[in-house]
Amino acid sequence: METLELLAREAQQAIEQAQDLAALDQVRVEYLGKRGRLTDMLKGLGKLSAEERPAAGAKINEVKEQLQSQINRCRDDLENADLEARLASEALDVTLPGRGEDSGGLHLITHTMERIESFFSRVGYSVEEGPEIEDDYHNFEALNIPSHHPARAMHDTFYVTENTVLRTHTSPVQIRTMKTQEPPIRIICPGRVYRCDSDLTHTPMFHQVEGLVVDRDVSMADLRGTIDQFLKAFFEADLPVRFRPSYFPFTEPSAEVDIQCTNCRGAGCRICKNTGWLEVMGCGMVHPNVFGHCGIDAEKYSGFAFGMGVERLAMLRYGVNDLRLFFDNEIQFLKQF
Amino acid sequence: MKFSESWLREWVSPNIDTAELVAQLTMAGLEVDAVDAVAPVFDGVVIGEISAVAPHPNADKLRVCQVIGAAGETVQVVCGAPNARQGLKVPFATVGATLPGDMRIRKAKLRDVESFGMLCGQDEIGLGGDGSGLWELPSDASTGADLRDYLSLNDQLIEVDLTPNRGDCLSIRGLAREVGVLNTVAVTGPSLDPVSATVDDHLPVVLDAPAACPHYAGRVIRDVNLAAPSPLWLQEKLRRSGIRSIDPVVDVTNYVMLELGQPMHAFDLATLDGGIRVRMAEQGESLELLDGSKATLNEDTLVIADHQKPLAIAGIMGGKLSAVTADTRDIFLESAYFDPLAIAGRPRNYGLHTDSSHRFERGVDWQLQSLAIERATALLLDIVGGQAGPVTVAESAAHLPRSAEVRLTRRKLQQQLSLSLDAGLVSGMLQRLGLEILAEDEDGWRCRVPSWRFDIAIEVDLIEEVARIYGYNRLPTATISASLPIEVCRETRTGLSLLRQQLVARGYREAITYCFVDPDVQKLLLPEIEGVALANPIASDMSVMRATLWSGLLPAIRRNLNRQQSRVRIFESGLSFMPEEGGVKQEPMIAGAVTGTRLPERWSNPRDLVDFFDIKSDVEALLKQNHVFDQYHFVPAAHPALHPGQCAAIERNGKPVGYIGLLHPRVQKLLDISQPVYVFELALGAVVEGELPAFRGVSRFPEVRRDLAVIVDRDLSASTLCETIREAAGHYLVDLKIFDVYQGKGVEINRKSIAVGLTFRESSRTLTEEEITAAVDRVVSTIKEQHSASLRG
Repeated sequence: METLELLAREAQQAIEQAQDLAALDQVRVEYLGKRGRLTDMLKGLGKLSAEERPAAGAKINEVKEQLQSQINRCRDDLENADLEARLASEALDVTLPGRGEDSGGLHLITHTMERIESFFSRVGYSVEEGPEIEDDYHNFEALNIPSHHPARAMHDTFYVTENTVLRTHTSPVQIRTMKTQEPPIRIICPGRVYRCDSDLTHTPMFHQVEGLVVDRDVSMADLRGTIDQFLKAFFEADLPVRFRPSYFPFTEPSAEVDIQCTNCRGAGCRICKNTGWLEVMGCGMVHPNVFGHCGIDAEKYSGFAFGMGVERLAMLRYGVNDLRLFFDNEIQFLKQF
Repeated sequence: MKFSESWLREWVSPNIDTAELVAQLTMAGLEVDAVDAVAPVFDGVVIGEISAVAPHPNADKLRVCQVIGAAGETVQVVCGAPNARQGLKVPFATVGATLPGDMRIRKAKLRDVESFGMLCGQDEIGLGGDGSGLWELPSDASTGADLRDYLSLNDQLIEVDLTPNRGDCLSIRGLAREVGVLNTVAVTGPSLDPVSATVDDHLPVVLDAPAACPHYAGRVIRDVNLAAPSPLWLQEKLRRSGIRSIDPVVDVTNYVMLELGQPMHAFDLATLDGGIRVRMAEQGESLELLDGSKATLNEDTLVIADHQKPLAIAGIMGGKLSAVTADTRDIFLESAYFDPLAIAGRPRNYGLHTDSSHRFERGVDWQLQSLAIERATALLLDIVGGQAGPVTVAESAAHLPRSAEVRLTRRKLQQQLSLSLDAGLVSGMLQRLGLEILAEDEDGWRCRVPSWRFDIAIEVDLIEEVARIYGYNRLPTATISASLPIEVCRETRTGLSLLRQQLVARGYREAITYCFVDPDVQKLLLPEIEGVALANPIASDMSVMRATLWSGLLPAIRRNLNRQQSRVRIFESGLSFMPEEGGVKQEPMIAGAVTGTRLPERWSNPRDLVDFFDIKSDVEALLKQNHVFDQYHFVPAAHPALHPGQCAAIERNGKPVGYIGLLHPRVQKLLDISQPVYVFELALGAVVEGELPAFRGVSRFPEVRRDLAVIVDRDLSASTLCETIREAAGHYLVDLKIFDVYQGKGVEINRKSIAVGLTFRESSRTLTEEEITAAVDRVVSTIKEQHSASLRG
């Protein structure tokens, strides 16, 4: 049986020395193939006596199994090594940017308006829109601003004809809604508005979102609560909010709304002109004359309205420092949002 | 309205500091815009008296003065001012003084002569003046006194930005009233006793337009002396209210206007002919105004006239001819009430805006005229002397405003404010505001509105007053509650927001451009359309309303290209304004413009330029949102702004809803755009209205594909070919793709090869080979017949 041991050692060495799968297979064929040397040895068992045969056979089979499992192990190792090598060769610089189109983006004003709309639509306001070339009646008259009213000077109006204007606010949409819908009414009116004014802090076109609530027993407390909650939600901060008496022909009582300066937290700075406050909205209780124009019974219903400049809010929220950037439409600006 | 705090405090002086006063005014609705110190910071300046002046030994322009200053001590000061003379009293900055700009005064030697301090001009202590020399103080100023005390310079200028309803606060009296109410303190004005007449002279006054001017008070004052300047206290009060001193007469009328709120006017009596007539102007009548301009009057304008000619535009501006001058001996004073409606709007029509018109437009207390004329007379007699005649009053009682009576109910007050206020508190507020309480009971109050409040007419006006005085920020707040019915929301209407998101996902950035555009740009794009023009544009290149969104987007593209952005993809949504019969069609549109490479520049992206089919696929993405894509067709079309061979009209069920194409190279050049731009524009209405997607079943049986390469005439459109194929293939055809288009070598000139993939399937069984072959044969023979197509070998 020395030959068997010799053969086994020889085969083991050959397996160990196999460098790749082909060489390994060659070793397998040489020893364990149909004509392999170990197979030959099995074939030679016939020459032995019946008593010797089982023990010798068992020995050869044992060696055969050992070799086979050694080959399997070795094959696994070689295959793994191959895979590793392939994977290594396929490695990419994953820090390179991806292929294809980049996504664009919404204008900051649209984004801000959609955000404002979402606050209100979540609590049951619907969004209403209207024409931008308006008649005098809807833009002024029905809002309790008769011609020659000094308040008209507050609106630097663009005229299209003697009787039609570019709307100076989105309030005409409130009029159109009140004329066609029965209370309760809860709407917001976003859109472009126009004033004949252009300097560092005014553009001749800008955006407003106005709101209107008409129902039984609506009070100033409701107005204050609504504005206060909205502003805190918009700025995601527990900002102090204050109401200052003011004047709009279409509301009575009327108020301007200030928030604590978002820049200096009320300490006083250039942005708030050292007052610690920033004016952000106008609001008030709907004037009975406006209800009168719209056929709503002011004895039965009351309501409030508010209006805000979207650019102003966006500038405060995102720190944009120049109003005119909104309408220059430079990619450099647009792509920041 | 600008005023000095010290003047206000002469009338009412609550025990609060400036900051608190300012905060109080702002929170009461009289928004304080600015608070400035009357004088800049300086100290050590006293009233100096020049006791002697001698020439400077070494300089022609300098003089050596002996000045009596603090504590009666005389010191030597070298001075270069031309008006330095003996006996003059001037501001004297003593050694150790600090002048504005942190300038320290030290002992100095000027050309070898010692100087102990500096004599000052008005400008040198930051109080205005023209820098022409020393500030000549009144001779009765007490030598050695601190200048700040003498001129009350430790004072603040407060500027309130009044809303148009608060004309009553355009005076110290009105502001004082307000401060009195806010602080519950008494308001005391100067004593305003009538001045008795010492001469009989008077002018008759006729009210020809009594609705516009129902009350006119006038008075003759003879023998005034206009040589004397206004006293310093008067000049200072005017200066602190932003009004320049002119002459004593004008100064006094301005003073009374600031103090009481009554704009007044003084005429040179010698220029008046016959008497005063307050009448409407004759159309075209002309009048030279005080500011030297010539006004051509309209008949809607109220004028003060004599029996020959117009003298002044009532309440707005006086005429030049009748103005008081240095030579005037006798004057006629006017104190009138003009109806706000008779004044409103007129100043703007004449391009004028005066302190007087500002007040009359908002409403002047209609019971103030006699008081004001007495006040002005008393001041004038003090300053310029003279003999006053009796006050002539012309009045049309029937045309005077009526004192409104307004009812305030507790129920409404409580409902509007969500607050139950103590009745006594409310009564007190109303009374202090000047409302006369005519009746008070459990239901509420009946009040008479004072003659100075033009903004109180109905109940809510009183509610605002109560809320304002109580303090808006002390009122309760509440969360609104309401019933919340679920409402129908039409699913077949695609939101604009979804369309925007499609474009954003495709690399577009949203732009917002002005709706008024350059008419020259728009003419290039839509030469046939006369755009809707603004009557008063802000600039000529922003003077017509856009009839296409391209009018704004293309200049935005140009701007970006000029700013080194070579790849730009922008879109916008908004109204277009198209003139139509009897008005303007305002239609919501969505439009885009694209230039540069198909994909952003990047190591792995091809550098190809964007083309028609790129932007078409973007438009198709929009058209697919509402599930009626087969209703849309791209039809070859002509558009003046677009390349004739790369332009399609987009139709929905045969109706045009938009355009897509390459900007015409000529237009591109004229717009000064440096590279090709593809554009599209769609009427939003045609894109948002759609249908619910319809379920068509899912087949479990295999589909079979057959490809054909057919050669057809070059000008046969793909859509026509596909339509023919679809019809011929029958209903087993479930998909038809064009997977290749080829022109060139191997294909005859004027012909092209189109390769199509046909996919067949049946929902209930597997199609047989024979059925498919039959369908393909039908297709081949039909296109041969209809389009002389041949199969590519």
